[in-house]
Amino acid sequence: MSLIDSLPRVRAPRLPRADGLIPWIVPLAIIVIWQLACITGFVPARVLPAPTDVALAGWKLLLSGELIRNIWVSFWRASIGFLIGGAIGFAFGLANGLSQLSAKLTDTTLQMVRNIPHLALIPLVILWFGIDESAKLFLVALGVFFPIYLNTLHGIRTVDPQLIEMGRIYGMTDGELFRRVIFPGALPSIFVGLRFALGIMWLTLIVAETIAASSGLGYMAMQAREFMLIDVVVLSILIYALLGKLADSASRALERLTLSWHPAFQKH
Amino acid sequence: MQEVLRFRSLGAEAVAREDFVEEARQFRHAPDVPSRGLSLTIRGLRKSFGDNEVLRGIDLHIPAGQSVAIVGRSGCGKSTLLRLIAGLEKPTAGSISFGEQARAEDIRVMFQEPRLLPWARVLSNVEVGLGRERSSADAQARAEKALVEVGLGDKRGQWPSVLSGGQKQRVALARALVSQPRVLAFDEPLGALDALTRISMQRLLERVWRDQGFTAILVTHDVSEAVALADRVLVIENGRIAHDFNVDIARPRERGSAELAALEGAILKNLLEGTEDGSDDL
Repeated sequence: MSLIDSLPRVRAPRLPRADGLIPWIVPLAIIVIWQLACITGFVPARVLPAPTDVALAGWKLLLSGELIRNIWVSFWRASIGFLIGGAIGFAFGLANGLSQLSAKLTDTTLQMVRNIPHLALIPLVILWFGIDESAKLFLVALGVFFPIYLNTLHGIRTVDPQLIEMGRIYGMTDGELFRRVIFPGALPSIFVGLRFALGIMWLTLIVAETIAASSGLGYMAMQAREFMLIDVVVLSILIYALLGKLADSASRALERLTLSWHPAFQKH
Repeated sequence: MQEVLRFRSLGAEAVAREDFVEEARQFRHAPDVPSRGLSLTIRGLRKSFGDNEVLRGIDLHIPAGQSVAIVGRSGCGKSTLLRLIAGLEKPTAGSISFGEQARAEDIRVMFQEPRLLPWARVLSNVEVGLGRERSSADAQARAEKALVEVGLGDKRGQWPSVLSGGQKQRVALARALVSQPRVLAFDEPLGALDALTRISMQRLLERVWRDQGFTAILVTHDVSEAVALADRVLVIENGRIAHDFNVDIARPRERGSAELAALEGAILKNLLEGTEDGSDDL
């Protein structure tokens, strides 16, 4: 008997409502276990406050308006940095994917810069920009640039040459060829870059805010550490997780919308 | 025009065929359909890739509306010849000329792979075939008509990924037909299909060729396919036309008939002789 044979042949009938809830079972279970561990005293509150305490801290910060303000500041920095870095990365990816000359001219340089961990630039960036907004935007943009650049370039380079030949045979102009063949062909790869970039975006921003900022989520967490407010520290970490999930869901939704032709995104 | 080789060494049967061949040479196309195909003349055609000379002097005339199959072993240059005719490669020497001035939309190619855009619905894939006429008002209607012609009218809104291999190839055929080409070149169009799908595709190709009267050039390694579909079979060996057979068998042709089998045998024999001569560098 092979493994395949032993698998159930008929799918269990679907419960449409429950389907959407399944991914949340594990996080909820963790919170419940966490709460129990705190109540029983298995985990001392000095190490990890109970979820209810974290929620309470969140509620207080929400009422004071501090939470919203910090989330908003971080969100704004992340978006602007992402747009700047993403746009430049996309532009270079297009240029180097479509033009041999451009690739020869810039790709080697970009590959060298890529291998510098961008967070290693923090001291230099502080010297250049102080702890101003532009310092954070610069770091986020730099971090986001490379995944978008590399994946756009890769996407364009790997478009099926047979399709490009087909487009030429059927008289497509360069513009049409780009719009109808090259760009849609590169899109799945561009989305991979986008999702990588979103991860790097949060990482960079939080690190930059932790080290040098006077507002934002990272700053809020660092301030709380100064005053030993461990519940606020944990709250900040949970908010990162939620924002990360939100960004990922947004990019997935966009993917489903634009890649509906792709077998991997078709509903069965 | 090059010399047409007769059937060789078919014994007594060949003698009986002689007159038939003479008669068939007048044969152009189904007489009730006026051919709208283009005639094609190739003179002294050569093509080299680096030091490798793939075509070593091809002279060929194809009358308007004829369907010609080009057979030969792998690497004999048959696909290169087709790509040259389709304008996908530039000849190293020699010329290819069509009977009349040909527009880009007059010459279409169908490949072994369907080459459909996976991100475009079936109908817009067919519309691609209109070339510069893509933006005209009746583009969609013409694309729909072409889809119906290949029997896929109900698949217009589908993504290519949900179609079977044979259906994809039919969409590719509709895309090639939609601009009403006058020369249609097929590069192993059925090579990737299973046996049953192949046969139904062969029937479809024959039907559209008869309906539309284009000049058809079919590159294939399958000799039985060549004799089933073509008016004329060219055998290419070492970059030259080694044999030129007229297929004077009435249509519709019955697959597996003794007539087809005899001709197929003769062509295969020629192909194999070429191998035994050791005159190639494979």
